[in-house]
Amino acid sequence: MSSDLAIESAGGERMRINMGPHHPATHGVLRLIVECDGEIVSSATPDHGYLHRSIEKIGECVEWPMFVPYTDRVDYVCAMNANLAYCVAVEKLLATDKTTAVQVPRRAEVIRVIVAELNRISSHLVAVGAMSMDLGAYTPFLHGIAQREGVNDIFEKLCGQRLTYNYITIGGVGFDLHTGAVEEIESFLAQFEKEMIRFNKLITTNTIFRDRCAGIAVISAAEAVAYGLVGPNLRGSGVDWDIRRDEPYGIYGELGVRVPVGQGYAGRTGKVGDCYDRFIVRLLEINESVRLIRAALKLLPPAAEKPADPVGGFQADVAKALRKPPKGEIRVRTEAPRGEMGYVIVSDGTKTPYRVRCRTGSFTACSIFNKLMKGIFLADIVTVIGSFDIVVPEIDR
Amino acid sequence: MTEIIKPGNDEQVFTTTVDEFLAWGKENSLFYLLFATACCGIELMQTGGPRYDVDRLGMIPRATPRQADLMIIAGTITHKMASRVRTLWEQMTEPRWVVSMGSCANSGGPFSKYSYSVLNGVDKYIPVDVYIPGCPPRPEALIDGVMALRERVRKYRTVGIRDKDPHVVQGADCAFGSHPGKASSLELGASSPQGPKA
Repeated sequence: MSSDLAIESAGGERMRINMGPHHPATHGVLRLIVECDGEIVSSATPDHGYLHRSIEKIGECVEWPMFVPYTDRVDYVCAMNANLAYCVAVEKLLATDKTTAVQVPRRAEVIRVIVAELNRISSHLVAVGAMSMDLGAYTPFLHGIAQREGVNDIFEKLCGQRLTYNYITIGGVGFDLHTGAVEEIESFLAQFEKEMIRFNKLITTNTIFRDRCAGIAVISAAEAVAYGLVGPNLRGSGVDWDIRRDEPYGIYGELGVRVPVGQGYAGRTGKVGDCYDRFIVRLLEINESVRLIRAALKLLPPAAEKPADPVGGFQADVAKALRKPPKGEIRVRTEAPRGEMGYVIVSDGTKTPYRVRCRTGSFTACSIFNKLMKGIFLADIVTVIGSFDIVVPEIDR
Repeated sequence: MTEIIKPGNDEQVFTTTVDEFLAWGKENSLFYLLFATACCGIELMQTGGPRYDVDRLGMIPRATPRQADLMIIAGTITHKMASRVRTLWEQMTEPRWVVSMGSCANSGGPFSKYSYSVLNGVDKYIPVDVYIPGCPPRPEALIDGVMALRERVRKYRTVGIRDKDPHVVQGADCAFGSHPGKASSLELGASSPQGPKA
């Protein structure tokens, strides 16, 4: 309402500004058509499709295991989690028939949790780093990138790739942990925790940064649910919901995931569900991921000789099952760093999927943009976009 | 720098031509456009990060094309995005240089066969000076491509000749998704790291 009043007082003159598709603060090729009255935004309409790579259509053309590399490209900042979501969905489909059901080895399940949580850390580092960079603080971003290199080093030894891993496969993982991986991960976590204290001193408790985020773009819990927000954006509004805890997959049920929610962390000026809460929830999730990795490392069974060993193996034999999978439709949702990553898979019993549909968090986050940006200052748009941590191929696919 | 004369004491005098001096300056201040579309953008970000630190090569990101010398196409270009890429390229001032980073920008990469919306190679819209294969390329590969480009900048600034043939970065994985136009130089093991005419 306040924005309508402002427009009337200015005589109803509005200016239309194109933000993107090339803009350093839109995290890729998102385009916003911003209408503003002086400094006050009256509407911001997202325009999508600049990175539509028809990944879902490709899913209908390639065989079941051949789609795993494409899931990397659905969300490249957390490719491990994207792999995991698709593989869990296909395994659930195979489990609907006794003849094709596969038993994922216990060791593979533990490795999956370790790599997924490591990737969650590196993804959130990009998110909080990029948000602070958008608000003018370049140094925290460099600290985040430096720590991300540590995760990349571990993954590179594990599977040979720095960004698009193609590591988690249907029925397990691609390779067993390399020699000395456990010690490497532990030593990384030890220095990472120290580094995060420095990071928090640098940006999280910074008054300028906090004041720019506090009270901006407040989303109530009911609104967040109504607009279909997921993941840290939902939890930032105080909704206590995490797929890892409430609908556990893999071995998450044994780990006892603790879920941080937004509580108006910015203090006096802050409200539950503002940009600062979404920022803090990501940082708290990083701490939780560190704890989960340590807990999972304790559960890691020793490696067995045979890859398909149900306890110490890393890859069940799925080649025969994938040639003739059962018919049917499967829905699976998993918790990726940007919220629920769900797959709907329709199988017609052939070696290629009939339909692959992925449901990602960034797309629904865009639906609330127009509502949130009414009445805020033009300079706060980058704060809102940064706090949602959108990744454009997740929107366009 | 052509000649060093030591007149005594600790003083050193360099004699050079204006052209060479300017070329040295241009070569060491390749400002690049902060333009990333997809996966390679993260790798570009990390190349600018503390470990690989392209700032030491004088490469500083610029938010607007009017201040940039170099455009690194980092990521997939779709048909919808292609005309915008052309617009950005046209906004850059001459002489402008283009590096195509990753298989998607080179040839469509993993999307070239089945996708209906991906442009198979950004060179259909803008001329490319250096191709870097990989999905995504390692930061070392990107730096290698930039070093090859610096040679070209120096040659253009001193001799006045701009190479027409694109340079293709050669590496262990150059068989995957490289630019098809340079098939002869892509044979594994039979290539020189400097490229055909650089």
